[in-house]
Amino acid sequence: MMKKIVAFLFATLIAAAVQAQEAPDVLIKQVTEDVLEIVRNDKDIQSGNTQKAIDLVDKKVLPHFNFPHMAALALGKDWRKATPQQQQQLTAEFRTLLVRTYSNALTGYKNQKIVYKPFKMNAGETDVLVRTEVLQPGSKAVQLDYSLEKLENGWKVYDMTVAGISLVTNYRDQFAQEVRSGGIDGLIATVAAKNKSLEVNLVKAEKK
Amino acid sequence: MTKMLGGGEMSRCRRLLAGGAVVLFCCGVALAEENPRDPYEGFNRSMFAVNEVIDKYATKPLAQVYDKAAPLPVKAGTSNFFGNVGDLWIGTNNALQGKFGDAGIDIGRLLINSTIGIFGLFDVASELGLEKHEEDFGQTMAVWGVGGGGYLFWPVIGPRTLRDTAGWVVDSYVDPVWRARPTASRNSMVTLRFVDIRASLLPSDKVVDEAALDKYAYIRDAYLQRRRNQIFDGRPPRLDD
Repeated sequence: MMKKIVAFLFATLIAAAVQAQEAPDVLIKQVTEDVLEIVRNDKDIQSGNTQKAIDLVDKKVLPHFNFPHMAALALGKDWRKATPQQQQQLTAEFRTLLVRTYSNALTGYKNQKIVYKPFKMNAGETDVLVRTEVLQPGSKAVQLDYSLEKLENGWKVYDMTVAGISLVTNYRDQFAQEVRSGGIDGLIATVAAKNKSLEVNLVKAEKK
Repeated sequence: MTKMLGGGEMSRCRRLLAGGAVVLFCCGVALAEENPRDPYEGFNRSMFAVNEVIDKYATKPLAQVYDKAAPLPVKAGTSNFFGNVGDLWIGTNNALQGKFGDAGIDIGRLLINSTIGIFGLFDVASELGLEKHEEDFGQTMAVWGVGGGGYLFWPVIGPRTLRDTAGWVVDSYVDPVWRARPTASRNSMVTLRFVDIRASLLPSDKVVDEAALDKYAYIRDAYLQRRRNQIFDGRPPRLDD
């Protein structure tokens, strides 16, 4: 009996911990500050070491992204025609490509200031936009927005918009083009080949 | 034009004409594969290829030299100077779009930066909280209801829709830098501004090169998304999937 009560209490505690998820804007701010703090103190990343930036993104940023949703968004209507296995493969390859893009952008960071726009959310909302801005002297601030959705395990980012350009939907026409010429498998192969060629570049760069 | 021929009608026509009309079938395929957002894709892709060569052998090396040689304050001053020169026209466009509050901010920026900011070399206004805007005549026309009119890629000046190409002609016509005399100093100012802008884009080169499956399409779609965002001043209505 006692065991059961302890187990029950324990379960409630865990449930309570999961319930107390951070608000989406708090999450974005926390992750951004965390990552930039590391970049600021890392001369390698600042001088363009993509591999080191990728490792950082893998550890700090990836857990907060919903990649299957991103792949679905990039593929559009054809997503539903893909088999679960194809969906999985495309998600994996697209993830690699996006992580690299994000990491490359990170190596260009030069102490710009990030401003977090006021955020308000209605109770019960599960799909929100968190707005930030990158300030740089001498030019207009660059808008950097995150689309988040609420899943069982917390808020997850499913799109990022830089100056109005969605890093995800910007692939839609390119993906459609590949699907037209080689089907979904053709698209997966193209993204995989792209990742592989970048991997080779990275190894070459490290040897230098 | 091609938008009028929907996919369904196309396949129906094809079925009707199946057998004899091989020529028509080929046309149908060509039309069906055309991207409605990029009706001049063939022309654009060749211009893009031309521009890639110009950029690789002239523009980019020049921008790299400038980026390495000029100390940071010089680069910031240059960007600020040309930014300040542009604020009058930005304010005019805001007024033409009925955004008089924003127009006031732009004029305020111009007055502050031209005086306290020493001919615009320092962007004091931003420090004071007067935010810089991004406006041009293409956006004004869009707000007035003029459609994009197809995407074009021009060598040197880069991507523009048909409307924004016309807007760019107007922008250049009223541009004080293009009107500067003597011609020699005008030319060097136009070149300096061009190189300064290209240099500011250097960090994004690698991002685009590594992100794009098809660089032409990546840049086209990024341009179209960014323009839409500019026209709606950073808050475009959400598109359905």
